[in-house]
Amino acid sequence: MSDAERILGEVKGFLLEQFLPEEDPAALTNDIALVTSGVLDSVALVKLVAHLEETYGVELEAYEISADFLDTPAMIAGTVEGKLSERAG
Amino acid sequence: MIAGLDDLLSRSAARWPDRAAVSTADGGERLTYSELERAAGSIRDALARHGVGPGDRIAVCAPKSPASVAAILGILQAGAAYVPVDPTAPAARGAFVIEDCGVAAAIVAADLLAGLRGAGELELTGLEPWRKAPGDRAIEIVRGPGGEKTRDAPLAYVLYTSGSTGRPKGVVHTHDSALSFVRWCADTFDLSEEDRFSSHAPFHFDLSIFDLYVSLLHGGEIVLFGEGISKQPTAMAAAIAERGISVWYSTPSVLRLMVEFGQLESYDWSALRLVLFAGEVFPVKHLRALLEAWPAPRYFNLYGPTETNVCTYFEVPAEIPADREDPFPIGLVCENDRGLVVDEGDRPVASGEEGELLITGGTVMSGYWNLPERSASAFHVDRDGTRWYRTGDLVREAADGNLLFVGRRDRMVKRRGYRVELGEIESALYRHPEVIEAAVIAVPDEDGVRIEAFVSRTDGGKGSIIEMKTFCSKELPLYMIPDRFLFRPSLPKTSTDKIDYQALARGAS
Repeated sequence: MSDAERILGEVKGFLLEQFLPEEDPAALTNDIALVTSGVLDSVALVKLVAHLEETYGVELEAYEISADFLDTPAMIAGTVEGKLSERAG
Repeated sequence: MIAGLDDLLSRSAARWPDRAAVSTADGGERLTYSELERAAGSIRDALARHGVGPGDRIAVCAPKSPASVAAILGILQAGAAYVPVDPTAPAARGAFVIEDCGVAAAIVAADLLAGLRGAGELELTGLEPWRKAPGDRAIEIVRGPGGEKTRDAPLAYVLYTSGSTGRPKGVVHTHDSALSFVRWCADTFDLSEEDRFSSHAPFHFDLSIFDLYVSLLHGGEIVLFGEGISKQPTAMAAAIAERGISVWYSTPSVLRLMVEFGQLESYDWSALRLVLFAGEVFPVKHLRALLEAWPAPRYFNLYGPTETNVCTYFEVPAEIPADREDPFPIGLVCENDRGLVVDEGDRPVASGEEGELLITGGTVMSGYWNLPERSASAFHVDRDGTRWYRTGDLVREAADGNLLFVGRRDRMVKRRGYRVELGEIESALYRHPEVIEAAVIAVPDEDGVRIEAFVSRTDGGKGSIIEMKTFCSKELPLYMIPDRFLFRPSLPKTSTDKIDYQALARGAS
């Protein structure tokens, strides 16, 4: 499994467990909107960011904590991956 | 002489033309008092060119910025009342407000205009674009559906709040009721032109009345926390410290988020000297944590529905006993209002007994827009002809005279400081094509309340929570979207075949 897939899987697991108990995991597709659709509210977004920063040791800038960077599971994982590779590079 | 809210600006602009009047939290945009007065004046003149003026209502639908503050003040200078429309809510809701309030014109951020036009049957013909300065984001002045001009006491603003029948209702305030509150603040808190006031609440939320006008009265600086930063505790905390905010006002929820995620230990808080909170109960455990992080300021719990501005207040003691668990009182009735605690027959209860809080006095609204029956039933008129606003809040008077909040009489709850009528959420859920039955309850939890929606679907099965929330986001403001969805083949009924809310509450986890 690539890093990208691993991060995506972990992020989805966190989202399901924390914010979507009893949701069918298949409904949480990689590209489903979560922030612009109100699935994650502002408090959930803050908790998600805290989780990402702690789990991956990355730091998100204020402008990144928005639907522009974190709307879908794929975008969330992509933002984290970008941070990690920036650091590795 | 201060006769209207707009006089607060002209007076301070005459006295302190070069002091900062309004800025963004990041410090990127800033207007002095003379610049703000000039910008407001150009809005006023543009409105006058199109025949909009005294007795009219004008909607403002734009993100928070110095330009939108200038728009509000320009509307007031024109003698009209402003009607803030939540720029983040579904366009259909904004279109409803514009239609319901019969606004003569609307001042709309250019990128929100198409959505509003598409959501209703509103034409919103363009009158002219407006810019505070060349290169600024475009704001459009457009013609509204129009309506009758008001003739009584000049209205200042109409704030729409959640309505139990499924539609928001407009709370109407005059310049007099707003100024009564603003003057009470000046008498109660020790404020000056040196103060920097946070503006955290959006303009359609009544906390904004303090932020804007108390600051303008004193010649202070309004520091705008816009739609983005106001939800980001780390950036918010940094801005409060770096911009030297001295007066902070928000809901307890926002303060809690900052305690938990704001890294408050990293900053110098010496400028901060007054923290006000309102809109919901502040759980003592979280308030204690806040006082530990910010030990210096004075803290006040302010209480009052949108209909009354602030009508009671309580100063939180500097030290909170370690064993205290009960929330602090809502306090004493403000000096410019009077309060009464009554039973279901509107008879005053004995001190210490529970009853509904009624409020009369300078800060109370004139009524709901275009809802004469709702307005009449919102007040109890006593034998002397005094109109008492029924808050719907149950309170009890403690031995020391402070009022304690006990609960609600109806199905309105406070979630993160916002009023939420559970019935309005149910109305939205019933618009979902697969929903046969819907019932929404509020369950107390450590974050305040959690909103749970029980739904039965045409297929009798489980739906997707993501799909339900996405649907709700097109019908309701984000703060009204239920936290949880529970799918049931059918909902429990009482013997009279109504949905049995008690049974649902017992079954909620």
